[in-house]
Amino acid sequence: MSLTTSESQDHHSSTSILETIFAPVNRLLGALVSGLINVVDIVMHPLQARLGVRGMAYVFVLPNLLIFGIFIMLPMLLNFYYAFTGGTNLFPQDRPFVGGQNLSTLFACDSIFEPNTCREDLFWRAAWNTLGYVVVQVGILILMSLITALALNQRIAARGFFRSVFFYPVLLSPVVVALIWKWILQQDGLLNALIVSLGGEKIPFLVNAQWAQTWVIFISVWAQMGFFTLILLAGLQAIPHEFYEAAAIDGANRWQSFKSVTLPLLMPTMFVVIILSLIRAVQVFDQVFPFTGGGPGTTTLYMVQYIYQTGFANQTKEYGLAAAASLLMALFLLALTTLQLRAGRSSDIT
Amino acid sequence: MRRFVAIALLLLLTVPLAVQAQDPVELRITWYDDGNEGEVLRDLLDRFEAENPDIRVVIDTVPYSSILEQLPLQVEAGEAPDMARVTDFAAFRGHYLDLRPLVADAAYWDESFPVAVFDALRQEGDGDALFGFPNQFTVTGPFINRTLFEQAGIEVPSDSSDAVTWDEWTAAAAEVAAATETPYAVAIDRSGHRVAGPAFSNGATFFEEDGSIVMDTQGLRDTLQMIADWHADGITPAEVWLGSGGSYSPADPYFINGQLVMYMSGSWQVGRFSTDIDDAFDWEVVPNPTGAGGSTGMPGGTVMVAFGDTEHPEEVARVMDYLVQVDILKEFTERTLFIPGHLNLGELDYQTDSALAGAALSMFASEVPKLSDQAYELQYGGQAFAINNPIRDRLTQLLAGELTMDDAVARIQQDVDDALATAAQ
Repeated sequence: MSLTTSESQDHHSSTSILETIFAPVNRLLGALVSGLINVVDIVMHPLQARLGVRGMAYVFVLPNLLIFGIFIMLPMLLNFYYAFTGGTNLFPQDRPFVGGQNLSTLFACDSIFEPNTCREDLFWRAAWNTLGYVVVQVGILILMSLITALALNQRIAARGFFRSVFFYPVLLSPVVVALIWKWILQQDGLLNALIVSLGGEKIPFLVNAQWAQTWVIFISVWAQMGFFTLILLAGLQAIPHEFYEAAAIDGANRWQSFKSVTLPLLMPTMFVVIILSLIRAVQVFDQVFPFTGGGPGTTTLYMVQYIYQTGFANQTKEYGLAAAASLLMALFLLALTTLQLRAGRSSDIT
Repeated sequence: MRRFVAIALLLLLTVPLAVQAQDPVELRITWYDDGNEGEVLRDLLDRFEAENPDIRVVIDTVPYSSILEQLPLQVEAGEAPDMARVTDFAAFRGHYLDLRPLVADAAYWDESFPVAVFDALRQEGDGDALFGFPNQFTVTGPFINRTLFEQAGIEVPSDSSDAVTWDEWTAAAAEVAAATETPYAVAIDRSGHRVAGPAFSNGATFFEEDGSIVMDTQGLRDTLQMIADWHADGITPAEVWLGSGGSYSPADPYFINGQLVMYMSGSWQVGRFSTDIDDAFDWEVVPNPTGAGGSTGMPGGTVMVAFGDTEHPEEVARVMDYLVQVDILKEFTERTLFIPGHLNLGELDYQTDSALAGAALSMFASEVPKLSDQAYELQYGGQAFAINNPIRDRLTQLLAGELTMDDAVARIQQDVDDALATAAQ
């Protein structure tokens, strides 16, 4: 659509008014930026002359490296040190060196598959609970996310609305999610009120081990699904339509097309989703702690909560034991990620 | 003229400094509430501030769990508040401020409060240091909903007997619950401290004469089994112990809402019950049930302590000195419906219209002489930190079916030993 002469004149006049208003601001900003560049140049120019182009790369990486060093590397090193110290004092200089005592306490077991035979039984309960949670939760989460992404990738009515609906829980704080569901599921909660009003009997959702585990997984899937659906949806939309057309010409039905076109081409995205969801599942804490507190008993006690309780919440604060447990958890995550990356690379080759 | 302007400018510059110099010193108290005590303390401190304009006291009210879990970390990290209300006296040993050289009359402190409380705050080498004062004494014991007994037409067991066992109470409460269609018969707070009273009454002893701690006694086993039976029979709200994870959890909402016949808690609930239940039903305190170890609850209480990290020790001492005055502490006690920690407050005129509250406080007061030596040793001996939580946590695992009784008791012993060994490192 072209502009009429008068509209064009109005447009030009309003543009020139804006230019007149902002011209001094633009000039000022320009002067400031060029002044700043000049100041930086005073330092950078001789620095580059001295260090060379390769050396300058390190200069540019340095600020980020400092932040990473102070907030990631230093705590990791401290954690490593704490893992080999004992006592209840907080500051490193007040803590006696105990060598591998904390690690040997964690591994003092007749059989690690039977936590009751372990000296630190809660560690192994948490470890097995976490492993079970990771396998089931990640499996369901990815399956549900994939199904939802596939559905939302179709030309369905109110697609934008449904995309927002599925993404909405991601925006909620994990503690809020936990408290809302606790109110719904507790003995005198909303769901039991509904069951009773329909003539049923109250169900002990949060004090029965099986129910509690089921709801913990359900809620975490509900809360995180939107995020992974979004990533998978982006992956699905990146698959060129021509592949599906070619598959259709070859006579492939929908399942064959999904199996031979969608899944292989979605694999790189899927690997990202698997790694992210696995790491998140191993680190589960913020949603479960206010929801079940690890109970009933230790049914939903996961590794991060074990570390938190051992190091910070118990009356006797065993920082060394907590640090040793977090060291083992970090090694587990490292191994898991390495395996994933290797699997990802080998699938790229094939 | 120029000199005049210079002097005027100088004066103008010094005015903000002068104003700044008059800014009051700000002190912070970390506090938690069971009832209205925070409100009463604020009221008392407002009066103090009016008389002492150079000091301003801020009360930071936090949940009780923060006092147990976060305050120790804060203190250990050197970020302690100036003062705090604490229940685990030994947890902060070595971090307190010695008020003896700072308070106006240390002898008054010595004669006004039980030496056992002062000792519980001290560690070896602290001598006669004064680190705080008890602003509340507590004793654990059971509450009953008498209205439900009357509606069921069942006699309250303690009306006709001075020595009612836990089994007899449980049976009577279960009968009342069944007859009145009340959801729950009996409950106990999720707390090792709360379980200890019934355990000692049932004959448990934790402390041996040689100073060792032996947890595996028939009295403790009987008590753990009793609570396990409550859960197995469905006569207790399971969410208190099984639905709250790893921290303290009270059962008071069930009692306040008339859903519970008998509730094992303590004297700190009286103020809250007098307002939240009021006269919705007749509630009262009954004597602690009797067993092989007598009839004992657990002593306890809260202590207002000062921390050594404070930048204003003199001002902290002035606030503490104000709060320990007889008239101030008497008003605090009468308005909060607490049992006083002060030994010489004289006759108290509790500020409540509730006859039930008055009777409950009298009953709790009559429980104090019955408290056993083991109970005092647990509360004031400085080893409660190693004992209370293992009882709570391992009992929870027993209830969840994760441990057998033998395993649970063995784990309690191991946890106690480990905690003491770690603390000694």
